[in-house]
Amino acid sequence: MRYAMAMDTSLCVGCADCVVACQTENNVPEGYCRDWIVENVDGTYPLLDLEIRSERCNHCEDTPCVRTCPTGASHVIEGGIVKVTHEECIGCGACIESCPYDARYFHPDGYVDKCTFCDHRVAAGDTTACVSVCPTHALTFGDLHDSESEISKLLATRKYKVLAEEAGTKPQLYFLT
Amino acid sequence: MKERLFTSGRNMLDIDPVLHAWHWEIPAYLFLGGLAAGLVFFSSFYYLRGKEDKMPIAVKVAPFVAPIAIIIGLIFLLLDLKHKLYFWQLYTTIRLDSPMSWGAWTLGIVMPLSIIWPLLYLDDLKKYFWNKNIIIYEIIDWLEGLINDFDFTKSLLGWLKENQKVIAWANIILSVILGVYTGILLSAFNARPLWNTAILGPLFLTSGISTAAATIMWMTNDHYERIRFSRIDLWLIAVELFLITHMFMGLTAGTQASAEAASLFMGGPYTAVFWIGVVAMGLLLPATLEIMELIGFKIPIAIPAFLILVGGALFRFVMVDAGQLSRYFFQ
Ligand code: SF4
Ligand code: SF4
Repeated sequence: MRYAMAMDTSLCVGCADCVVACQTENNVPEGYCRDWIVENVDGTYPLLDLEIRSERCNHCEDTPCVRTCPTGASHVIEGGIVKVTHEECIGCGACIESCPYDARYFHPDGYVDKCTFCDHRVAAGDTTACVSVCPTHALTFGDLHDSESEISKLLATRKYKVLAEEAGTKPQLYFLT
Repeated sequence: MKERLFTSGRNMLDIDPVLHAWHWEIPAYLFLGGLAAGLVFFSSFYYLRGKEDKMPIAVKVAPFVAPIAIIIGLIFLLLDLKHKLYFWQLYTTIRLDSPMSWGAWTLGIVMPLSIIWPLLYLDDLKKYFWNKNIIIYEIIDWLEGLINDFDFTKSLLGWLKENQKVIAWANIILSVILGVYTGILLSAFNARPLWNTAILGPLFLTSGISTAAATIMWMTNDHYERIRFSRIDLWLIAVELFLITHMFMGLTAGTQASAEAASLFMGGPYTAVFWIGVVAMGLLLPATLEIMELIGFKIPIAIPAFLILVGGALFRFVMVDAGQLSRYFFQ
């Protein structure tokens, strides 16, 4: 199994429903978030290009955050989901420094927190909170090893990119363009 | 030309400034680690070469600074942790992939070892502090009395003295690991383009040894030893300047991300503090003063020594701080 997420930049309107859904589902403390919206305007007037993205941990294939964690609190579970065991985390910040995507943050209680791909929902056969609320269906979550999954089909037919590929972490958030 | 006109990044006030995860504790810890590594290295190195009497301060006296530096460094490391009560988990696993992990282990092993060395030279330490600092003298005297009070501690110390060669070899190996670690710690973080260079390891190692040489130079009043360490220091400064040049050549010739990282020092916010504070005041000026001293001018040795120590500390502060500003996204 290899879980991944596709994010259709042509559908996203930047409503931030995914952000709020995640905060509610995962009890993210106020003032913090595990996913967020980025807007880019590229080009030279009048040829402008607007792109809106919903970003989160990329659940990288090659995980610098897990490698640099001194205690093993950061780890990879079935399906390539990257998680943090709160009771093992000493809050050293090594994983925060090693993530090119700034996907991790210090929870006010001291440990490091981040997107879990809603593994508790996924284990129950459901999809992630952000995917389930997106009003434009810009987000797709699924298993890349299953060629029949919606995400595999999207990636087979659409053009896509990943962010900061040069950072070398093999990110698993695919942005459909 | 395609230009980025506007980007709205994440704007979570509780996260985004905090993502600057490392503050003063980590650079201070790296500085103290490098200093201790250098002191331990010099003492064991000259001891093994039979220079105990030619380099009295380096072998017998200066190493007492090492355990103090390491203990303070470990306290700083602890202060840096956000989940402090769980810090012991650092010592329940060894993860060789994680420099934080093997560094914490190395420090944990070097610390007790570095206490042994000064214990072998209590007499010399007493002599050194006799007319310098009576409080330290009294403490050492009390410690010596305590050791002599018990047969067990007395014979243990005798046994350690007999095996000093073994301890010296262990010290050499561990101090090299410690010194290299203070450098590699940062370059293990590929996500920060400024740190993502193989030169940072040797550069921090050299700078650490140089701060140790400056400390010895400052403490000694033996002419031969002072000249010796002045020379060593000059060489180390030359190597540092060479490595710094290379680091910037590598960064500016690299990817866009690393070029942006270099620009933090070339017109960016760290330009003045780096070139004036670290390079001019911390390397070039002390080098000039030392050369003047070597050719016969009277320069109080404390001045170049102090500049080197401050420069070495500042260098780590700047690198840790600037590294966290360098990234793959420029929002
Ligand atoms: S995005 Fe960051 S936190 Fe997530 S797996 Fe990749 S490196 Fe780790
Ligand atoms: S902050 Fe926690 S999860 Fe991150 S590297 Fe340190 S111990 Fe591991």
